[in-house]
Amino acid sequence: MSAVEDVVTEAPAVEAVPKRAMTLGYGTSLVMLGLLIVAPMFVKNFIIFQLTMLLIYGLAVLALNILTGGSGQFSLGQSAFYAVGAYTSAILMEHVGMNYALTLPIAGIVCFGFGFLFGQPALRLSGVYLALATFALATAMPQLLKLGYFEHWTGGVQGLVVTKPDAPFGLPMSQDMWLYYFTLVVTIAIYIFSVNLLRSRSGRAFMAIRDNEIAASAMGIDVALYKTLAFGVSAGITGVAGGLGAITVQFVAPDGYTISLAINLFLGMVVGGVGWLPGSIVGSAFIIFVPNIAEGISKGLSGAVFGILLFLVIFLVPHGARQVAIVAQQLIGKLKKN
Amino acid sequence: MTAMLNIKDLRAYYGQVQALHGLEFALNQGSVTTLLGANGAGKTTTLRAICNMVRSTGAIEFDGAPLAGRSTENIVRLGIAHVPQGRGTFTTMTVEENLQLGAITRKDKAGVVSDIERMYDHFPVLKQRHTQQAGTLSGGEQQMLAVARALMLRPRLMLLDEPSFGLAPLIVRDLFKILGKINREDKVTILVVEQNAQLALELADKAFVIETGRIVMSGSANEIANNEDVRKSYLGY
Amino acid sequence: MELFTNQVLAGIATGAIYACMALAVVMIYQAIDHLNFAQGEMAMFSTFVCWQLMQWGVPYWGAFLITLVFSFAGGIAIERLLFKPLAKAPILTNVAGFIALYAIINSVAGLIWDFTIKQFPTPFGSSPFLGSQLISTHQAGMIGVTLMLLVLLFVFFRFTRMGLAMRAAASLPESARLVGINTSWMIALGWGMAAAIGAIAGMLIAPVVFLEPNMMLGVLIYGFAAAVLGGLTSPLGAVVGGFLVGVFENLVGTYIPGVGNELKLPIALALIVTVLVVNPAGLFGRPIVKRV
Repeated sequence: MSAVEDVVTEAPAVEAVPKRAMTLGYGTSLVMLGLLIVAPMFVKNFIIFQLTMLLIYGLAVLALNILTGGSGQFSLGQSAFYAVGAYTSAILMEHVGMNYALTLPIAGIVCFGFGFLFGQPALRLSGVYLALATFALATAMPQLLKLGYFEHWTGGVQGLVVTKPDAPFGLPMSQDMWLYYFTLVVTIAIYIFSVNLLRSRSGRAFMAIRDNEIAASAMGIDVALYKTLAFGVSAGITGVAGGLGAITVQFVAPDGYTISLAINLFLGMVVGGVGWLPGSIVGSAFIIFVPNIAEGISKGLSGAVFGILLFLVIFLVPHGARQVAIVAQQLIGKLKKN
Repeated sequence: MTAMLNIKDLRAYYGQVQALHGLEFALNQGSVTTLLGANGAGKTTTLRAICNMVRSTGAIEFDGAPLAGRSTENIVRLGIAHVPQGRGTFTTMTVEENLQLGAITRKDKAGVVSDIERMYDHFPVLKQRHTQQAGTLSGGEQQMLAVARALMLRPRLMLLDEPSFGLAPLIVRDLFKILGKINREDKVTILVVEQNAQLALELADKAFVIETGRIVMSGSANEIANNEDVRKSYLGY
Repeated sequence: MELFTNQVLAGIATGAIYACMALAVVMIYQAIDHLNFAQGEMAMFSTFVCWQLMQWGVPYWGAFLITLVFSFAGGIAIERLLFKPLAKAPILTNVAGFIALYAIINSVAGLIWDFTIKQFPTPFGSSPFLGSQLISTHQAGMIGVTLMLLVLLFVFFRFTRMGLAMRAAASLPESARLVGINTSWMIALGWGMAAAIGAIAGMLIAPVVFLEPNMMLGVLIYGFAAAVLGGLTSPLGAVVGGFLVGVFENLVGTYIPGVGNELKLPIALALIVTVLVVNPAGLFGRPIVKRV
């Protein structure tokens, strides 16, 4: 309708999500939190392990969401940041003997630096070009980790075994359960940080860049700084997720961090809803559980079943879980009125 | 004179929001009609509704045949050319390719070639730039290209959405002169939406004023131009 | 020096594979404005269809033609059934759709034809070309076919009404509709053509890399890289990009010590990224004038 809309020659790759719509209301958040706290008390250890992975991948998807949904940049290289985080934690724990909890902030900082540096050349690229560059990073990472040069530290192709931590202070809970609650605390902290980040000045700058880069720079936003910053923050959070992943799986090896991990994180973001942070956990659930379901339906055709399920999801809700949430909200609103 | 375009009870919607509330008007063959109104009154929406580019209800008849259910491209193929706001230039293509695109639905190759020459007569600047990427043209040149592209269809009805938008006054005057010429020589019926009411009223035979999606006044261009309210709100004297 | 020339020649030979795939990539990019990650799998499936026809006794060129028609129709069918409903969905959702399509085709092909490697015949023979051990007649034939396709595509896009209409529909759908172009069908047509070109690429590549459901994975990545290097909007750029990537890859493997087969890909990609950082529109891409 407006003239401006017609003059824009290139539509933004990511649709604009207003920042209020990127989060959940108080009530819903508390209910979610309650569920997450209670959930592991009634299930077996293996399921607790899966729930922990759900949170970890949720964090990684959240990180991608900040980058793509927040600043409009696209990345297929998240698996590389995840790998760097995982190896940082593993090496610090096994070679230096550092406490697992302390390795996480270091993994985060290392990855932040790595992401920030990678963001520099990526500045010149956008869209498919950026996808290709990040893709190159993702394919290179496992090979780099295998190099004989670093073998003393990384364990080469064999990888490293990581010791699983016990619950501290003699708390009467299994290792898996302790790790779950530990991960939950980290996840909540990062979630709150992310929500506040997007509501802050920096978050507004990210979104301005996402919606219209030229206009953003005309408003005085240092586009280069904020774009690289978004890369850094995203990589940092992914690194923490990687560190948690290494501790939970008790093992790091180059082939655990291939491009398929990056693709899965991307799918998680789409299924959860691009730019909607709470959707990250839904997306994470999709990439953890749906392949198992597909395998259960048909072993020989599990790939096809997975593809069909994915198609079903994007046909029904092209905007991901966010769309479901919006519809649900409207329904609840109507019920309240009646 | 018979009505070429007949519109009855036209209502249009953007999502939940209703933008037009039952417009009724008719365009006579060979006439120039202008649609006046403030920003957001529904002028652009009216043009978009004619070409089925926005969800609408009501009846639109072109030459007695209903347009309902036709896709945008099919409506265009009936001979309705639409010069959109913002000009819709194919920026990565050359000027000449833009003109060829205007005639893409025509089968008469020779006619297309001679029409391109005719456009270059109307707009000499386009000839100078015919191999240039259209995105490199200035706003005024792009507007001329947009009008020329629409004419390449050999339309019977031309819808123009704020052709003066963003152009220098002298260029606007030229453009309107050419529009008048096209109307007289090629017998193209014109419906033009304008903020520049004065020029539009000079060109037009008939005028409508819309406010918040309703026609509040209609008459010959002269009557409207002399109307006290219109003078105050749209002509500024 | 002889080593160098030989490696360049060998690079051109493998580059022909990438060039062929890159052409298909550019084709669909022109039509739908994004990269189709399932394109390699579609090509693989087409190649299997051709193989199956030959198993049933259809002669090579007969099978070739039937496969082309099948692929063209198949491409259109995929667009109509799966991607037309997503036309209004966000771009990233479409990308997810490509990944889903990839998984489906790969899995179905594996089920029908299993994962064992199969021989695929070549119509050009495989003797040394002009006495050179580095390029076989098949590879020379492949280069010839690629160049021919390139000329055909160039003529199609530059000089035919349909080509012009397809370009318009891809670059500015709303304006295209306003000049009377049925943009929805142009997209379907683009899918059909891309599938057919992909099928040609698959059938030419299969004699070199052997036929199996995962045969196109590496090729597609190099094809993407080549297309991006060339600028994505230019078929000529795609072909040149393909040859360059092939040569790059070979020289890197020869001259940089300690680079095994596995590091060739990341290094080749890194080089391409470097080129892009210097020249973001690719080597042959048209810089697009951006306005606010």
